[in-house]
This record gives sequence, C-alpha cells and structure tokens, in this order.
Amino acid sequence: MKNEVSIQQADFSLADEVALLERDNEIDGAVVTFIGRVRNKNEGLTVTALTLEHYPGMTEKLLEKIITTAKERWNIGRVKVIHRIGRLEIGEQIVFVGITSQHRQDAFAANEFIMDYLKVKAPFWKKELTENGEKWLAAKSSDSKKAEQWS
Amino acid sequence: MIKIVFFAALREQLGCSELSLDPTNILTINQLKQALIEHQPQWQTFIENNALLSAINHDMVDGEHLIKSGDEIAFFPPVTGG
Repeated sequence: MKNEVSIQQADFSLADEVALLERDNEIDGAVVTFIGRVRNKNEGLTVTALTLEHYPGMTEKLLEKIITTAKERWNIGRVKVIHRIGRLEIGEQIVFVGITSQHRQDAFAANEFIMDYLKVKAPFWKKELTENGEKWLAAKSSDSKKAEQWS
Repeated sequence: MIKIVFFAALREQLGCSELSLDPTNILTINQLKQALIEHQPQWQTFIENNALLSAINHDMVDGEHLIKSGDEIAFFPPVTGG
C-alpha cells in the first residue's frame, strides 16, 4: 500500500484521516487511532514549544519497515502514520497512527506496537523550549523497555 | 568520496550538519570516527560519546561496519520522536 507514511510540517485532521481509512473499506469493523500532542510540562519544567528534527529518507524507510512488521504480526487492513516536524506549540498534534482491522484486538495491538517502535527506532529528535531555555530531550529507558516487550 | 551527516544535539555540538571525505584508509565506522577527530580535534568528546548511533545509507550499523565509497554515513544521538 502506498502513502502509509507522511512526514510533514502541516497539521492533520483526525476526521479526514479516519475517512480515508474507512473509504470503500467494507471488510474492517475496527478503526483504532492514536494522536500524540505537545504537553505543557515535561520532567517538572514548563514547556512552551517543541522543535522536531528528523533524518529525511531514513525516517520513512524505518517507519515502512515497522509497518511491514506489524502487518506480518497482526491481521490488519489499512495503516497510516503521520509525524510532524518543525516548531510545534503546546497542545498541537505531533503524531498520528491509524489502523483498521476486521476485529478490534489486531488494530489495538498493532497501533501500540507501531507507536512503541516509532519512539525508539525512527530518527526523530525533540528539542524543548522550556522556562530554562532550549534543551534536547534525552531518550528514556522506559521507552526502550516498552518496545522490548514486543520481542 | 563519502558523505557524512550529523543530526540534532550532535549537529549543534559540532557546528556542522554535513561534510564529505575521501575514504582512503577508512575501513570502518570506528576508523571514520578517528579520522573525524583528527580532522577536528575539538570534536573528540562529542564523537567519542558512547550513546552516539550510526547509520550507513539509512540502515543502523555498529562500529565495525565497513564503509565504501559513495556511502552516506550518519551520526546522531538516541532518537526521541513520537
């Protein structure tokens, strides 16, 4: 399937994405979506904005690989992964993962799997603008542990 | 020639986003790191950071991985997307 991955500066619409997952799709009874947003606090500091950087080319390749693995592991239908880059303000949407499947279990599991792997594998980096200035986020061991649970 | 690209905190620490090198006498990722330090001694602390990740032509690789002419090599910190 093409166009399963989009790395973009522009915002996205949940309604539009769900409509695309559902259009002419009569076999899937489940649609599971996840949206990640910019929080106003992280590690005790007030955050005012995020800047997201990525490695063009490698990001898309990694995400396509993660989607392929998810399709081998679960019986899922359509998949869409959107990740925004550039400067994002508090409350803005960062990431979208949408999955359809005939029954809900596959879409729930595959959605969580894709998010967990995206967080530890895909070459994105977040820089926070906080009350104390700019700061690159450090990778969290809890994220690595979460992803390892799938192996 | 090989193309080397740096991302995120590492890019800012080095003050460099990409450069090209003649890969003569550079066989592996680890040897490339040494060559970069010889090229810019002030990069040593940042290049020798054990947490640094490396990729060749968009695939993650380790320090012993072989480099060939025409490769695109990337160095970057652990990822923090999502």
